[in-house]
Amino acid sequence: MRSSSAAAAPAKRRAPARVLPGFKITLGYTLMYLCLIVLIPLSALVFKTFTLTWDQFWAAVTGPRVMASYRLTFGASLIAALVNVVFGLLVAWVLVRYQFFGKKVVDALVDLPFALPTAVAGISLTALLAGNGWVGQYLEPMGIQLAFNPNGIVIALIFIGLPFVVRTVQPVLEDAEKELEEAATCLGASRWQTFTRVIFPSIAPALLTGFAMAFARGMGEYGSVIFIAGNMPMISEITPLIIIGKLEQYDYAGATAVATVMLVISFILLLVINGLQTWQRRHSGAPV
Amino acid sequence: MSSPIIRRAEAGTTEAAWVRYTLIGITLVFLFLFLVLPLAAVFAEAMRKGFDAYCEALKEPDAWSAICLTLITALIAVPLNLVFGVAAAWCIAKYEFKGKSVLTTLVDLPFSVSPVVAGLVYVLMFGAQGWFGPWLQEHDVKVIFAVPGIVLATVFVTFPFIARELIPLMQAQGNEEEQAAIVLGATGWQTFWYVTLPNIKWGLIYGVILCNARAMGEFGAVSVVSGHIRGQTNTMPLHVEILYNEYQSVAAFAVASLLALLALVTLVIKSVAEWRHEREMKAIGNLPPENIKAAPLDLSLKAAS
Repeated sequence: MRSSSAAAAPAKRRAPARVLPGFKITLGYTLMYLCLIVLIPLSALVFKTFTLTWDQFWAAVTGPRVMASYRLTFGASLIAALVNVVFGLLVAWVLVRYQFFGKKVVDALVDLPFALPTAVAGISLTALLAGNGWVGQYLEPMGIQLAFNPNGIVIALIFIGLPFVVRTVQPVLEDAEKELEEAATCLGASRWQTFTRVIFPSIAPALLTGFAMAFARGMGEYGSVIFIAGNMPMISEITPLIIIGKLEQYDYAGATAVATVMLVISFILLLVINGLQTWQRRHSGAPV
Repeated sequence: MSSPIIRRAEAGTTEAAWVRYTLIGITLVFLFLFLVLPLAAVFAEAMRKGFDAYCEALKEPDAWSAICLTLITALIAVPLNLVFGVAAAWCIAKYEFKGKSVLTTLVDLPFSVSPVVAGLVYVLMFGAQGWFGPWLQEHDVKVIFAVPGIVLATVFVTFPFIARELIPLMQAQGNEEEQAAIVLGATGWQTFWYVTLPNIKWGLIYGVILCNARAMGEFGAVSVVSGHIRGQTNTMPLHVEILYNEYQSVAAFAVASLLALLALVTLVIKSVAEWRHEREMKAIGNLPPENIKAAPLDLSLKAAS
């Protein structure tokens, strides 16, 4: 640590903000570890893709089975994220605004999908929804099949994505100024008008961020989905499973090509989420 | 809180009772269906053939070696990411520099990469046809389909957890206390240990516990690099998958129940850490103003001595 405090001495002259020692060592370590664990391995994927010709790449990423898997993964993530927006907002609202017995337990339980391993979630949802499961046995006679088809994928992704929406909306609702609502009420707004015109605009950025996070997580999710999906080619095969399938046939080039497409999608989603978060910060900071 | 004037005032900013109860009801039913039932199903399925069959499934040597491998993986991955998380949070939260937002985004990157892709990149690096594959084979080092690969994939997937938890916390707390400590003659290490660490300890515990839960439960990334060799490179989630696919439902859910217990313990520790942190924040908020000003001074004196 002595060396780092010595290193801070010249920095002190440049900018008064850097009184604290340890800038160089922590930044250096962060960059090195980031490169070793994340950036160099990810660049291996990109370089491997460049060894393919364009035609090979295009054939690998636009095969009919692969295209079907994109549609499925995208569609299921979208539906699940939309359901999560509705119920996530409801859960966040109830947890912030109302008092009821067992609220702290419910609040803690919302994080369960973060803590429960995805494979466990997958087999347990499958056991519930299969024809002989606790829930499945009542739905099957009604002709509703939720396991081993795309419906199951949506259910698994709702489970996985729920805490993202709740945990991004909750703090914003907590910080919302009650004075604005009081003013709206005083000016004669109904409670519903107050919600749609005053409260909703203030939480919309957070809601959108939560939606994007749940969607991004759904696009990449593997563990919880493969047990419940049934994994039929063209019908219920998600994109990560396509990669695994290609790997098992030693088709490294094909797996890499599809993985690159997924990586690009996750990059775009990451940038969108970052932009949304910046917007949210500005949005909440502006009126104060 | 229940004086009639306040109650009338609150009526303007809340809903009618029936709306409230309906919303609470829908929420509880939804959470029961989506969170409580799956959790309960794990334990119910594990116990379906009685407690003896449950114990029997856990005593099996393959299950036991999967548990050991999972523990070893977490024991390596969590400390690595802990050191990184603290270093990254320190340099991102305490300083202003060019490219800071890019660095923050890159730290978050592993969150948005699909676990399967995360596993694949290590196969491309260290697999037989990978960059270092031939070299590793020459020196008889196995990374892919062996323990090092599993650890690497786990480190990748759990990479941002602790940093993500600490960065906003340390940013919110600012630099004043640390600056005071330095001015009073504390070394950098003393400042971190006596001033910063007590302030961030609950956030740190929360980050570590979440990182640990994910490290022990990671499935997608590990399944790509492990090779599924029973008794050797099977972690607990992979063992659950194999048993489940072999229709050994009770054994699969028995191992899964251990992971579910881990999740429950994680949630309990997380809640306790949150409540303690809130209480400390409230305690600081309740101090009369002159004491708030004195508090950082006190801390820095302690750090200097």
